[in-house]
Amino acid sequence: MGEVLTGSHFVHGDWACAEGAIAAGCRFYAAYPITPATEIAERLAQRLPRVGGKFVQFEDELGAIASVIGASYAGQKAMTATSGPGISLMLENIGLAVMTEAPCVIVNVMRGGPSTGQPTAGAQGDVMQCRWGTHGDTEIIALAPQSVQEMFDLTIHAFNLSERYRTPVFLMADANIGHLYESLKIPETDGIDIVDRRKPTIAKGEYKPFSTGEDLVPPMACFGDGYHFYATGLTHDERGYPDMSVEAQDRLVRRLCDKIRRDAARIEMVEEHFTDDCDVLVVAYGITARSALSAVKLAREQGVKAGLLRLITLWPFPDARIEELTRRCVGVVVAEMNYGQLVREVERAAMRRVEFVPKLGENPHLPEEILAAIERAGK
Amino acid sequence: MSSLNYQSSKSLRVDRLPHIWCQGCGLGIVLHAYADALQETGLDLDKVATISGIGCAGRASGYVNTDAFHTTHGRALPFATGVGISRPEIKPIVISGDGDLFSIGGNHLIHAARRNVDVLVICSNNFNYGMTGAQFGPTTPSETKTPTSPYGNIENPFNLVALVASAGATMVSRWTVMHPTQLKRSIKRGLIKKGFSFIEVITPCTTGYGRLNKMSPIDMMRNLKKIGKIRKVLPTEAICDPTTEIVLGDFVDFEKPTYNEVFESLTQRAGVAP
Ligand SMILES: Cc1ncc(C[n+]2csc(CCOP(=O)(O)OP(=O)(O)O)c2C)c(N)n1
Ligand code: SF4
Ligand SMILES: [Mg+2]
Repeated sequence: MGEVLTGSHFVHGDWACAEGAIAAGCRFYAAYPITPATEIAERLAQRLPRVGGKFVQFEDELGAIASVIGASYAGQKAMTATSGPGISLMLENIGLAVMTEAPCVIVNVMRGGPSTGQPTAGAQGDVMQCRWGTHGDTEIIALAPQSVQEMFDLTIHAFNLSERYRTPVFLMADANIGHLYESLKIPETDGIDIVDRRKPTIAKGEYKPFSTGEDLVPPMACFGDGYHFYATGLTHDERGYPDMSVEAQDRLVRRLCDKIRRDAARIEMVEEHFTDDCDVLVVAYGITARSALSAVKLAREQGVKAGLLRLITLWPFPDARIEELTRRCVGVVVAEMNYGQLVREVERAAMRRVEFVPKLGENPHLPEEILAAIERAGK
Repeated sequence: MSSLNYQSSKSLRVDRLPHIWCQGCGLGIVLHAYADALQETGLDLDKVATISGIGCAGRASGYVNTDAFHTTHGRALPFATGVGISRPEIKPIVISGDGDLFSIGGNHLIHAARRNVDVLVICSNNFNYGMTGAQFGPTTPSETKTPTSPYGNIENPFNLVALVASAGATMVSRWTVMHPTQLKRSIKRGLIKKGFSFIEVITPCTTGYGRLNKMSPIDMMRNLKKIGKIRKVLPTEAICDPTTEIVLGDFVDFEKPTYNEVFESLTQRAGVAP
């Protein structure tokens, strides 16, 4: 009762994220306080004990992420939320979650960096860190909400993807959205799709924890299920046993990456506005996409055929769609709240020259700033 | 290895033997004591999770026939905390090394003890970072020569039992691998105890520490037997100096509510949703 707060609310993004987690079935949350993600912890400290869940405030983010992986392997849906400095501390164990295929959700409410930077200022400066921050070859899934509603919806989706692919999934929000108040509609429980990890069906003595079928995602036995599995961050074979051979490394790393790469088209999510006939394609994500849409509309009023491609998944990156759309364009504009990160990915995929509109220091782009770039790109 | 016929064979993952440890290393004795203790307490092995960090000692989790997880360097305790708090019916056991638990993972150790997480920690102390080649660590005696202290260690070692006791542990013991009976008895008590329990096991790193200090494996074992003194003292008085005296025994054993028990009462206070 009362686990999903069905109805209309006027709340901030961090609150919506916390409620999305509970609606998704999250029953373990661990974190260390940090602006601008603290409100997620505060909401969950209040809510989790009332729905049979556990909230633990850790001594640091290294501990928080390690406990989340432990709880995930204990069969729970588990989440942590932090900002850039906390992610920097978590990176080694994010690799452990990838390597041991522990489903979990990591929320980064981004703030200005590097280092302690601007704690209360929104930014989009960690989008490459989330892709490449942990060492070794990995694939990552990352979602970028643009509204309070999406803080709720995409948190649920992040859990579903993590359970489906047995991999950590990032929710890449920022201070502006985390602290923004907007209306939120929480649907009836029946209206929320929930995905749970596949459990092994094989006899206990025959279970191999990392043996997979066609989809490359192994069914997951958890602590207490009686399978007596062993898992390690070392390169391992299908039994989970360490294997230092060239073949084992090749096989495992390929499978871990390919389970996501091969399904990239299915995972990728974008939203398009006026892209049917656009001459200038604007690419944006998160809060920036809201200004970008205004800019596109302003451009249209002035007779410039602009369109918007909003990235909802940052990773996997929708290369194919960008290539396809930009082929028929004159120019491309990328706006993001950093000094040049995802723009390089767009440049790699785009068939036309890219105008970049950086933004540093709290305030999202003004539509006029993006409009000016659209005008330059359209020439 | 189907010929293995110890009583502990049910609690060992026999298809993974032989283990990786050097000849003369004491870590096999620690594993054996743990496996026997698991067997003798008659715990439901389905409800035990063996968790370790990185290092020679941390490899122990790979040889135990329970659910087991080999985490990253220093993070076994927070991982175990996540397991034990999210599923209170599971007993997490952390087996790892002195460097893993007290250097890179030191902060987690004192906080897990402070929270009184229901976990048993078995710390194999070989006075160095064995796996990376015997460099000095937080337990290495002052003046000891190691590859990274070629002129002698200028730092001071921790006394692990004093540190853990002051952080709030409800059970604290120290033995050496030359005291396997007492070690097993303490492990058995720790397995069934509710709360943060800590057992330090002094064990020789024959290849690293031993070779560098010109001690043969047999010398190292004999030395442990000679300088190990069982005494009823306060943890702060339990000297641990491999060159003079190592005080052994059960130093702390009391009850206090565990994190999970306190959380349970918080749940009652919080009421039901929303
Ligand atoms: C983050 C990180 N830093 C360094 C290492 C290298 N490393 C592996 S084991 C180890 C020391 C282990 O010492 P201890 O816990 O005492 O175990 P022992 O090998 O002595 O049993 C180190 C430094 C690592 N694996 N990860
Ligand atoms: S290096 Fe030392 S601690 Fe490691 S297995 Fe060899 S003797 Fe044991
Ligand atoms: Mg050591």
